[in-house]
Amino acid sequence: MKKFLNQTDNFIVDSLKGYAKAHEDLIYLNLDPVFVTRKEINPNKVLLVSGGGSGHEPLHTGYLGQGMLDVACPGHVFTSPTPDQMISAIEYCQPKSGVLFIVKNYSGDVMNFEMASEMITFDHQTVLTNDDAAVFNSSYTTGKRGVAGTVIVEKVVGSLAESGSDLTACKVLGDKVNHHSSSIGVALSSCTIPAAGKPTFSIGENEIEFGVGIHGEPGRKREKIKAANLIVEDMVAAILKDFDEKSLDVKDPGGILLLVNGFSGTPLSELYLIYNAVAEQLSKKNIHISRSLVGNYTTALDMAGASITMCLLDDEIKKHWDAPVLTPNLRWGN
Amino acid sequence: MKSDFIIQCIDNITNCIVESESEIESLDRVIGDGDHYINIKRGALAVQSIKGDLNHLTNAEAFKKIGMTIMSSVGGASGPLFASFFLALSKEVSDNDDLHKFSLGFSRGVESIMQRGKSKLGDKTMLDVLIPVSEKLQSLVKDGCEKNIMIKEIDLTAQAGVIATKDLIPAKGRSAGLAERAVGHIDPGAKTCQIIISTICNQLNKG
Repeated sequence: MKKFLNQTDNFIVDSLKGYAKAHEDLIYLNLDPVFVTRKEINPNKVLLVSGGGSGHEPLHTGYLGQGMLDVACPGHVFTSPTPDQMISAIEYCQPKSGVLFIVKNYSGDVMNFEMASEMITFDHQTVLTNDDAAVFNSSYTTGKRGVAGTVIVEKVVGSLAESGSDLTACKVLGDKVNHHSSSIGVALSSCTIPAAGKPTFSIGENEIEFGVGIHGEPGRKREKIKAANLIVEDMVAAILKDFDEKSLDVKDPGGILLLVNGFSGTPLSELYLIYNAVAEQLSKKNIHISRSLVGNYTTALDMAGASITMCLLDDEIKKHWDAPVLTPNLRWGN
Repeated sequence: MKSDFIIQCIDNITNCIVESESEIESLDRVIGDGDHYINIKRGALAVQSIKGDLNHLTNAEAFKKIGMTIMSSVGGASGPLFASFFLALSKEVSDNDDLHKFSLGFSRGVESIMQRGKSKLGDKTMLDVLIPVSEKLQSLVKDGCEKNIMIKEIDLTAQAGVIATKDLIPAKGRSAGLAERAVGHIDPGAKTCQIIISTICNQLNKG
């Protein structure tokens, strides 16, 4: 393992301190227990609280600010935060219009957020994101995993909450955006958790993991690497099949939002190469890309690889996607 | 049951978990996401760091404090599950070595893990060790079984439970995404529970 590191135990706190200093105009860092909030809390709006294991930066701390999240609770690397973090953060913010938890569907995250929600006295609802098309919905799974589509949910609901809408409306829109989103990831290499010191999984020089999760969990299959166009073809097919199973029509004139997300170890040039391949294939299928985002938005430590997320847009989602946002890692319209 | 016995167990369990690092880690790397050992060790060390405070507490208070400490230090899936167990256990135990109450508390603890994790026997989780152990404990206590035999039976049940997870298809946790790929591998959460139970059995044998 070769990493920029002081003491393994302090990895996340050292990193969060840097985040807070670099963006001191936007965010506030609390250390005991660890939580991060927007600098200026508006107690009258619905409080958007997210969180999860660290290692996916900029998810979620990078999305704190006007038009997006109010609170992020980072756990240890790839380990969900603990209930006391969420409880302390919410008590610090004293929300008057309720709390919306945005939680990625992993058993640890679900259970810790559930314990926190049982222990607070504020009104609350939860949006559970599960946009990953890789893991099949069957009696043998806990459901699909929440991945990069979560960024779209946080942005769109963030805009609605900013406009003063109530908790129920935020919950309904969050569920809709999640339902309209579908993702699939491919890994070229493993990632290494600092505290473990070794790669999470082993993968051959000429192999890829199709359908990989954002913690390096195995996906659908291990296969030989091939031309990017062919890998993308499989990825697009997996997403379109998922939309089909959800009975959503991707040829809808509203078009789609296409997010090509890097896991952090793959350069932007390759992400744009992927974007080009997706765009060419969608064009042949008469699917209209009306919004796009390319970059490292939901990462997996140092893993090389990328995911594609498509979100089916309607007027409401499009309006809130386009609305101004001012966070460390997503900002436009200001 | 006395707080000093609980404290001895905490030290022994922490040592055994640290000694089993490579075994637990290699299991988790095959069918989990590689963080199970780190989380369990963090929990064990957090509980060890408060052991001095347990001296003045009743058994019920001690188990509650252990549960709250785990809840706020472990995270992941293990944190809420182990925390739920100790919080439920703390509501039933008494201070006068009442085995009936302890076995009832143990089964309440296991039930709260089932509720929190929405899991059952056969899902290839820690419950494949805990449910058989809980049932064995109930029946041995009911039959008024001799202490030495009871300890041996519980230890054997835990070990059989962990081996049984090998052939199961996972239904819960991150390894559920693997389904058939995980068959043939022992579940790391079940292994951790067996290590803890076997350590307590050893301690009881000495005591």
